[in-house]
Amino acid sequence: MNRFRIAVHITPRRGILDPQGKTVADALHSLGFPSVRDVHVGRHIVVELEAGDKKAAEQSTREMCERLLANPVTEDYEIASVEAA
Amino acid sequence: MKFGIVTFPGSNCDYDAYQAVVEQLGEEAVYLWHKDHDLQKSDVIILPGGFSYGDYLRAGAIARFSPVMQDVSAFAKRGGPVLAICNGFQIACEAGLLPGALLRNASLKYICEFVRLRVETNDTLFTNRYEVGAHMRVPIAHGDGRYTADEATLDKLECEGRVVFRYAGGPADADEWWSPNGSMRAIAGIVNDAGNVLGMMPHPERAVDPLLGSDDGLGVFESVLARVAV
Repeated sequence: MNRFRIAVHITPRRGILDPQGKTVADALHSLGFPSVRDVHVGRHIVVELEAGDKKAAEQSTREMCERLLANPVTEDYEIASVEAA
Repeated sequence: MKFGIVTFPGSNCDYDAYQAVVEQLGEEAVYLWHKDHDLQKSDVIILPGGFSYGDYLRAGAIARFSPVMQDVSAFAKRGGPVLAICNGFQIACEAGLLPGALLRNASLKYICEFVRLRVETNDTLFTNRYEVGAHMRVPIAHGDGRYTADEATLDKLECEGRVVFRYAGGPADADEWWSPNGSMRAIAGIVNDAGNVLGMMPHPERAVDPLLGSDDGLGVFESVLARVAV
């Protein structure tokens, strides 16, 4: 077994009201970044786990996302990176 | 009748629910520990308000995997009445007992205040003691109460008469929808398709005595008592 470090991004699903993202976007506008069109605030989760190979590590993390890490009703997730730890 | 009130680490309305049942309703209540697999032969289960597991990850996301929740889910699937209040509503949604999710209030602020609710249906286990269209004065106390579901789910809830409570009391018209937390279609409470699980963000257990500012919430408990034969 090898140890992997997997990063997951979880963001509010597009189309669902994201008041936190909107507030940050408004703040960026007042800071002088008028080009900002939209901001989404989500979570970044890092999981360290043992797995046979990279693919198995990713598969296992996907299952964690489906069952716990992301809410399937309101959030999307993506595996941002899988690295040997 | 025996009410079983689940205590999770971080529950803080379990005692309020106990008081409402024992002191105001005059029925029996027991606490159910989250680590046990024992519903103690309760006739009704209450998932109380609070901040179970510190609301880590998402409100209710961890609590749904508590040992006791397996038994509560099985109880609900057998048709057992479950009253899920505030954090309990969040847990019930996470557990898939109710559709949708409760997201951060649109204002991003925690809201603790009395609100006006409108009873949308009295054809439920939990509202048969109310008139349809009746107004209730009941407190809310939450940071994550914005009911959210896709349009198809919302339409289905409405068509099937499963929207039980709406926030009402717009500035112009007391009957107008008005959502303090940004809930879609001003939804404050819903039931599952079988009608035995009620989830609501407002706290009926905190409105059971005029001394508390209102006793409009007592009818929820009286309704269950009236309908569930023991």
